[in-house]
Formats: sequence, C-alpha cells, structure tokens
Amino acid sequence: MAKAIPAASAAREAPVTNWWLHPVRVLNQSVVPRLILIVMCAVFILPLFWMVSVALKPTAELSLYPPTFWPQQLRWENFSDAINVFPFWQYLRNTSIITGLTVLGAVISNPIIAYGFSRIDWPGRDKVFFVVLATVFIPYPVLIIALFDIFARLGWINTFWPLTVPLFFGNPFWIFLLRQFFMQISQEVSDAARIDGASELRILFQIIMPQALPALAVVALFAALHAWNDFLGPLLYLQDATMYTLAVGLTFFQSASQYDIQFNLLMAASLLVVAPVITLFLIFQRAFVEGISFGGSK
Amino acid sequence: MADTIVLPNTIQKPPERSGFNRFYRKHRNLIVGLLFISPWIVGFVAFLLYPILYTLQISFTRYSGFGEPVPVGFENYQHMLNDSVFWIAVGNTAFYLALAVPIGVVVAMVLALAMNQPVREVSIYRAILYLPSILPLFALSFVYLALLHPSRGIFNQFLINLGLPNINWLGDPQYSKIALVMLAQFGAGQAALIFLAALKGIPPSFHEAAMLDGASAWRRFWGITLPLMTPVILYDLILGLSLGIQIFTQVFIIFGSDPPGSPANSTMMYVVYLYLNGFRYSQMGYAAALALVLFVVTLILAMLVFRWSRGWVHYEGA
Repeated sequence: MAKAIPAASAAREAPVTNWWLHPVRVLNQSVVPRLILIVMCAVFILPLFWMVSVALKPTAELSLYPPTFWPQQLRWENFSDAINVFPFWQYLRNTSIITGLTVLGAVISNPIIAYGFSRIDWPGRDKVFFVVLATVFIPYPVLIIALFDIFARLGWINTFWPLTVPLFFGNPFWIFLLRQFFMQISQEVSDAARIDGASELRILFQIIMPQALPALAVVALFAALHAWNDFLGPLLYLQDATMYTLAVGLTFFQSASQYDIQFNLLMAASLLVVAPVITLFLIFQRAFVEGISFGGSK
Repeated sequence: MADTIVLPNTIQKPPERSGFNRFYRKHRNLIVGLLFISPWIVGFVAFLLYPILYTLQISFTRYSGFGEPVPVGFENYQHMLNDSVFWIAVGNTAFYLALAVPIGVVVAMVLALAMNQPVREVSIYRAILYLPSILPLFALSFVYLALLHPSRGIFNQFLINLGLPNINWLGDPQYSKIALVMLAQFGAGQAALIFLAALKGIPPSFHEAAMLDGASAWRRFWGITLPLMTPVILYDLILGLSLGIQIFTQVFIIFGSDPPGSPANSTMMYVVYLYLNGFRYSQMGYAAALALVLFVVTLILAMLVFRWSRGWVHYEGA
C-alpha cells in the first residue's frame, strides 16, 4: 500500500510525453521534500539531542571549548546527582497528583458538556457554543490577578485546587473535539433508547461514551500534557517549596547568573521530567496526530 | 353538555398536575440541554466572567494583595501612559508577535507541503517534527539555555562552522528577542499537522483540472492550494497571536535572572511585566489594569484579523 501511493500519484500527474521531464518530477516530488524534511528534522531533534548529550557529560567536559558534540565519557551518575539537588520524588508526587486530578476532571466534565452541545437540540444551542469557542482566544494571564486574589480569599494558595478544580468545568478545545465526535454517532440508537425510557445521562454513558473512547483518550492525553507541562499555574499558586511541581522545581538549578548553571545536572533532571511525555508520545503517536489534525479538518 | 371544541384538546393532553410539569414538557430539551452544559456555565461565570469583572474593579484601586483595596480612580491607567517600561514591554511584545507569528505560518506551511509529497518514510519525519510541540515549554527553555550558551552551546559552533560570527544570543539586547522568535518555531510541527490535514482535504480533481490546463506547480499552489488553506491559516494566525501575546515561560526561564526581561529590558514582555507588578512589586491594582488592557487589546486584535481576513479567506460555497 505504501508503495502504491507514489506510483498512483505519479500516474495522476500529467502523462509523460517528454522523458526528460521525469527527472524534474522525481526531483520535485521526492528529492526536494526529503531534503527539506531531513534538514528540518535535524533542527527539531537538536534540543532533545543536546539535552541527552549534556546530561551524560562529566562536569569537566562541560568547560571544554569548543564543546564536544557527543559526550567523550558517559557519566550516568548525573541522574542520581540531579535527583539529589532538589526534592525530585516529592515534586514527582505533586505533579502526578495534579495530573491525575486534571485528567479525571477533563474526562468527567467535557463529555457531559459536549453531549449537551451535540446530542440534545435546544433553542440557542449553537449561539452558546459560539461563546464557548470564543473563550479560546482570551489569554489566561488576563485572569491571573483576579484569580490569584479569589483563590487567596478561598485559602486555596499552596493547595492543588487552583490547578485542578477549574478542569472539572470543561475546556473549550476538548468540548469542541468531543462535540465533533459525538455528532458523527448515529441518532437511531439513542432515539430507540429514549423511547424505551432511558435517561439522557444513561444514553451518554452507555451508548455514546463506548463509541467515543478514542476521542476520550485524546482528551485524557491532552489533559495530562496540559497539567504536566504547565509552568505559570504552579508558579503562581504553589509558593511553598514543598508543594512545587517538577516544572517549578527545575528552577532550583538556576543560579544568579545564567552562565554558571550546572548544565549536566539540569539537563539530566529535565530529561527525567520529559521522559514520561516522550514515552506517552511514542505509545500514543497516532492519537496525538489525529487529535491535532482534527482541528484542520473542522 | 360536552364542548366539542375543547374535547380533542383534553383527550390529547391530560390535565397537568403542576405548572412545572407543563413547563418541563414544553421546554424539555432546553432544560435538559442547559443541565448538561451547566458545568461549563458555572466554570464560565466563576473562572472567566467574574474574574474579568473583578479585574476591572481592582484596576481602579491601589492594592498590595493584602488588606483592602483603596480606590484611586483612573490613576493606574494614567500611570501606564508615563511608564516607560510599560511601553518597552508593549514594543517588545509587538516585535515578537510581528516576527514569530508570520514566520511560524510560513515554516508550518513549508513543512506541511513537504510532508504532503509522496515520501514513503513521512511518518518518521512527522513524529520528529511534532515532538517539540508536546514537550514542555519550560524544558525546551532550559535546553535552549544550554544550546545557545556562547561558549558551551552547540548552536554557535554551527554558526562558526558556516563562517558566521559568534553571537551572544542571550546576552546581547540586539539578538535576545530574535532568540525568542527562533524558539517559537520549534512549535511549528503542530500547525504543520493541521495544515497537512487541510492539504489532504483538497480534492485531487482540482489539481488535475488545473494540470490539464497546463498550470505549473507554482501557479497551482497560489491559485488552488493556498486559497483553500486560508480558513486554517486564519485559525492558526488568531491562535498564534493569542498564544504569542501571552509569552511568559520562555522569558522567565531563559532571561529570568533577576531582573527578568534582561538584558536591558530587551525581553521584557507584556505578561512578564504584568507578573512582576502583581507578584513581585505588590502592585495588584496596576497589574489588574495591565491585565484589562491585555484583554481589550487581544479582543481588538482578533477582531481586526477577522475583519482583515474577509478580504482573503476563501469559504467553500461562498
């Protein structure tokens, strides 16, 4: 199948009347794109490569000039050293709790809201949905002053609530994604269930959700990433060092000057924080790509 | 005695027990629908509408975050006009947006077009190009410090090998913003995937017809591909602006050595300044005014782009 695609599209192109046109087409269709993609991939993989390379170098090797591309000597102890520079396990625990609650909130709230925007026909629904979509464009920093003060009055500073409770009230992107998915599911079975007296909640959980598991998995993945990758939220609401997440914890490695950071330990710690993200990506690559491409196909 | 006109009605609708039942039956869909979206309504009011109104209220006060806010009228807004750092932050953010967003669209478009060609191993490229988009921005920022370090980073070694000068990206005010624009491009994989999905949605017959008429690949791109891509380009443009205007994490980590926005305020971005005022200088009132201005500017910017887009976005069937 993979082989058939170039052949088919070559046949789709204008018929070959002049043989010398052929090399041009080969150049345009497979040499030039490959060249662009390979160069861009080299650039895009560079941060990750450098993270690994620096993370494995002994401190002495860091001050060599010019810097070595590959580590001359592998120092695996950098990882255990990095873990001891800051309370890694404590922060891993904090980050995991926040991530878990975020995923839970997203997976519970968004399907219910999306159901109300897709499977029930009520007057004004599409106008309200337009408001949901419009909120995407409001920058979060607009809200931080008021939210901080509100959370402070509630006594929520230095708790995980400011970072997790809002997730139980839906997110426009994920409502949109699930709504699109729900609208594609046939109306017949839910109509039949309705005639049999099933409640709307039962229809959602017993008929719609089982069919929407792939979309729900995408929402769970993006929710997990959202929590794991967040920096501003934890920085604002978690001020007690025992409550930090890994993201904020990494700033422990920053010194007064950006020039004398212990780069090998910082990179080793960063790699540990990034490793679950990369693992998730490698396992669920298709779900990620489809979830993203969804926006493009409307 | 039976009233023949009323009778059919009473047969169809048995008498309601209460007003609510009648109301419910008549508006069942509306009530159930609103119940289902009620979490969103609560969240919208509690975490968006109310905070914005509250921001407006604080913006007219002097408030340290402790005690009671003291009303000061328009003082915060007046202060903005004379605050040189505010204008530096506005200029820096505008500079960043004007470069990072359009370049991002072009980079993503080139990647999408390349991935749309019959290249067999495209899934490998797609994975590599997309990966930086899901890596945490804070982690990318830390690596960026290590990559662009004048003596320890590998990036300048490439430049030197290409015969280019050794640039102090993070320490020279002339280049620090360019470094942020370059960093933003690592997120292009995400937009590229959206563009690629849109490219795949263009019916091949459009290109075939143009090819029969002898249109070159170059002309087909400008005449067919690009017009059909304009809706997703608009989406990416607006989202890019809304995200770009929030730039914070990168600056805080890469240029965060006190004071953030170094060197010489060259990376002092709007949200960084907002953060500093609210959480370092205890100027919550001023920070609230900054937040409200950000809100209004974002709305105006989105509206301007939408209006401008009417001239170039191609909607199917229109």
